Amino acid sequence: MRNTGVLFWKEFKSYFSSPVAYIFIIAFLVVTNWLFFRTFFLANQASLRPFFGLLPWLFLFLAPAITMRSWAEEKKLGTIEILMTLPVRPYEVVLGKFFSAFAFLALNLALTFPLVATVMLLGDPDPGPIWGGYAGACLLGGTCIAIGLFASGITENQIAAFIVAIVIGFTFLIVGENMVLYSLPSSWGPVFSYLGLGAHFQSIGRGVIDSRDIVYYFSMIGFFLLLNQMTIEGGK
Amino acid sequence: MIEVEHLSKNYGATRAVQDISFRVEKGEVIGFLGPNGAGKSTTMRMLTCYISPDAGTARIAGFDITARPLEVKKRIGYLPENNPLYLDMGVIDYLKFIAALRGIPGGRVRERIRHVVDICGLSSMAAKDVGELSKGYRQRLGLAQALIHDPDVLILDEPTIGLDPHQIIEIRHLIKNIGREKTIILSSHILPEVAATCDRVLILNRGSIVGSGTPEELSALSSGGQAIVAVIRGPRDRVEAALSAIEAVVEVRHLGEDAGLQRFELLSLEADAVCERIFFAVAAGGWSLTELRRKSINLEDVFLDLTMREAS
Repeated sequence: MRNTGVLFWKEFKSYFSSPVAYIFIIAFLVVTNWLFFRTFFLANQASLRPFFGLLPWLFLFLAPAITMRSWAEEKKLGTIEILMTLPVRPYEVVLGKFFSAFAFLALNLALTFPLVATVMLLGDPDPGPIWGGYAGACLLGGTCIAIGLFASGITENQIAAFIVAIVIGFTFLIVGENMVLYSLPSSWGPVFSYLGLGAHFQSIGRGVIDSRDIVYYFSMIGFFLLLNQMTIEGGK
Repeated sequence: MIEVEHLSKNYGATRAVQDISFRVEKGEVIGFLGPNGAGKSTTMRMLTCYISPDAGTARIAGFDITARPLEVKKRIGYLPENNPLYLDMGVIDYLKFIAALRGIPGGRVRERIRHVVDICGLSSMAAKDVGELSKGYRQRLGLAQALIHDPDVLILDEPTIGLDPHQIIEIRHLIKNIGREKTIILSSHILPEVAATCDRVLILNRGSIVGSGTPEELSALSSGGQAIVAVIRGPRDRVEAALSAIEAVVEVRHLGEDAGLQRFELLSLEADAVCERIFFAVAAGGWSLTELRRKSINLEDVFLDLTMREAS
């Protein structure tokens, strides 16, 4: 675990070694604030629900942008050979990369607190859905990060990693949507609706923490991190 | 210190390394010599546990590379081909990062970093980012990284490639100094390189070891007028038999025939004496000698010869 900590800090710092991180954070905040406030005053409701409704679609693009570099860059520079010949276990490296990318996403999420403050100031919203929404956003974000890491591990091209991650994320996002469910045989419905990324997020977002949703996100994260580790080790 | 047994690795249909076996004793400096694609890097990558062998195994300090990779990795310092580095990190930050993952206790990190920065001559660059360093300094940083945990074994893949002659001499000097205490395997496709730094040379071609020896042995076979070309008029088999019978001749090769003139090349350890003996042998046989000269061969020729023979 000590190694994971070392790798975590090295990766986390490397996000801030270029201006890209700051541009990323600013872009994220401008987009979320704009999309949120565009309808906020019209709707005249002190609720963060529209914000949480946007998040899955934002994460679909943001998480791959954070993770695309993680492995692809190591492969391109050849530094993966240094990393994998150090006395560390592959899973420690995978976890270090996962937690640092996740921490960066969580930082972005934390910087949306002015939205919460505004809503609190202007109205008297139920805190349950807000905390639930953030908890769900963390789980959903973690899943998108795990998918992005896996995509980054299969190529040395960052753009390819970005696109593959979006394709996988998009697939998991839409399989749970009603439009897809209606077109399927009815017996498949529950399976696909369980697999969908969005439905679990909405149910947590209502402020109801259901163990099924937690289990879903943790198994998705675990599954993609395991795949990631296998592709990295399988390259031998 | 290093025992390699029947190591093999294929990439698809390409046989990168075929059944390589050798031993390296503690404190020895071994050079892998071979053209590009000879299997030098692949062998090194297997020894450092970066890739796993298809067949065979190796032990480093008694630990098997397939069964105990973590123990093997702890004992090796590795400079991969092309010296990959994180360009966005600071020099000292990078060394701290490697030191931490190498499990160097926090209290000793400063001392170890100071030590490797010192011996690799990096002190003046300590405050810079890796991306700002020149190629020569990057190579030093790669070496510093490989040395930080004071490993028993150093594996250096083409440590001087792409450097200017001045830097090459400095890095060679550095390797020689380090080599007094450590077991080193280094690779190169340049002969003077290995001749200057290694105790023993393994020549690789197409994934196999095609020759080995100390640089002196390899050059004794060849260098400084030890090869003799003789052109003799006479029947080929009888002349060849007579030449082979001469004392101190290692090898006789028939190079060609031209209008009854037989061209031979002789390898010998005592060129002076052998030239005289050729003269008397030819006279005794009643043939005639139309040319007798020494050919200066260097390691380049041995290398080309060994690798060409394999190819044909």
